[in-house]
Amino acid sequence: MNCETARSLIHGYADGELDLERSLEIERHLAGCAACTAALREIRVMRSGLRSGTVAFDAPAELRAKIRDAIDDRRRAEDVASRRSSSRLAMLSRSPSRWTGGAFAAAAVLMIIVLVGGLRRSASSTDALIGSEIVASHVRSLMADHLADVISTNQHTVKPWFDGKIDFAPTVEDFAAQGFPLTGGRLDYADGRPVAALVYRRNKHIINLFTWPIADARETAAQVEQRQGYNLVHWDKGGMAYWAVSDLNGAELSKFAALVRDDGAPVASPG
Amino acid sequence: MAGPDKFDRFEDAILPHLDAAYNLARWLMRDDHEAQDAVQDAYLRALRFFSGFRGGDGRVWLLSIVRNTCFSRMRSGRARQGDSEFDEQMHAIDNSAANPETLLLRSQDEASLRRALESLPTEFREVIVMRELEGLSYKEIADVAELPIGTVMSRLARARKRLAQLLTGEGSG
Repeated sequence: MNCETARSLIHGYADGELDLERSLEIERHLAGCAACTAALREIRVMRSGLRSGTVAFDAPAELRAKIRDAIDDRRRAEDVASRRSSSRLAMLSRSPSRWTGGAFAAAAVLMIIVLVGGLRRSASSTDALIGSEIVASHVRSLMADHLADVISTNQHTVKPWFDGKIDFAPTVEDFAAQGFPLTGGRLDYADGRPVAALVYRRNKHIINLFTWPIADARETAAQVEQRQGYNLVHWDKGGMAYWAVSDLNGAELSKFAALVRDDGAPVASPG
Repeated sequence: MAGPDKFDRFEDAILPHLDAAYNLARWLMRDDHEAQDAVQDAYLRALRFFSGFRGGDGRVWLLSIVRNTCFSRMRSGRARQGDSEFDEQMHAIDNSAANPETLLLRSQDEASLRRALESLPTEFREVIVMRELEGLSYKEIADVAELPIGTVMSRLARARKRLAQLLTGEGSG
């Protein structure tokens, strides 16, 4: 790594935004470069100054009070409006027990919302964690200009590159004919283990496809979700977990996922 | 029943970030009174648009509203004063290191730090405030400032260089 590259990456390094491999490269460079070490020291000296003392302003108490008042005003205004409309409804229905009926209905609806919300959260909390890891890895790969360790559009170059670097052989397919050319691959880290990241392109959009073996051999349907503005598609198949992430729109990313699913009959190999 | 529930959720998700909101506004506007007005305005907007908040990080969501409010207030002020727009290319990066002893001294002097930070161009100042004072990640800064994620690191690099120069009294452009 030369100083010019190091001088900008050093900020990502100081901010804890680089992946492991880039961080190690920077550290190797720093070990032999006094000028870049001085640049890193500048960042840290200013940071310690900025973070100590009272450079950051706390909100004045009067502002806090004003905002609380403003919220309470709005709340009262909406309460009055909703009470008016519910009493109008009650008059129309002429029910003697209109208030209790309404309260029961409201309580029932609330309970359903709480139940459904709770269930959904618990079933997918692991996936949610992995999902945010995947998005973070995707962002890091774009930011540090570290998309690929092996840059090749040839699946027969990319696949063997993983040999000996991870304990499984990911299926690597090029989908150039379908408009999703393979551009490379790299090692990444997710779900507490090294994983294969395959890089594809759709026009100007980058797609990262993360894959690794899992204990559960069940096949799951592709789940599409949005996270921090990125689209994620996740499925498990043949004992492998797959996560595709991109800023590409959901429909096109699903199309990509469908291509991978059909061709990808991945084989977890012991070496 | 949507009424009161919405306000409770707002108080839980958005109100706790008032310090962050004020800090960003205070450094953008460089004036207590202006910052308070902007934050109050931003909170009312946030409350109005709260149905569009999809959960997740309330701080990033609020800060982007605060920032937009501040920038539109500054734009109308700037039109009056005839200030120039920010030009990133004008602030080319210069790799020469600042004097380390001077930098260390001035960085520990709060008045010097505040003065230097205030003199930074707004676009530099805000990334320093978000990164160093609020501890936001690059992705969060990109979301708040509506920047491509790849720009965040290079802008921070320029901003820090400029801050170091201002602190050590080099360059005055």
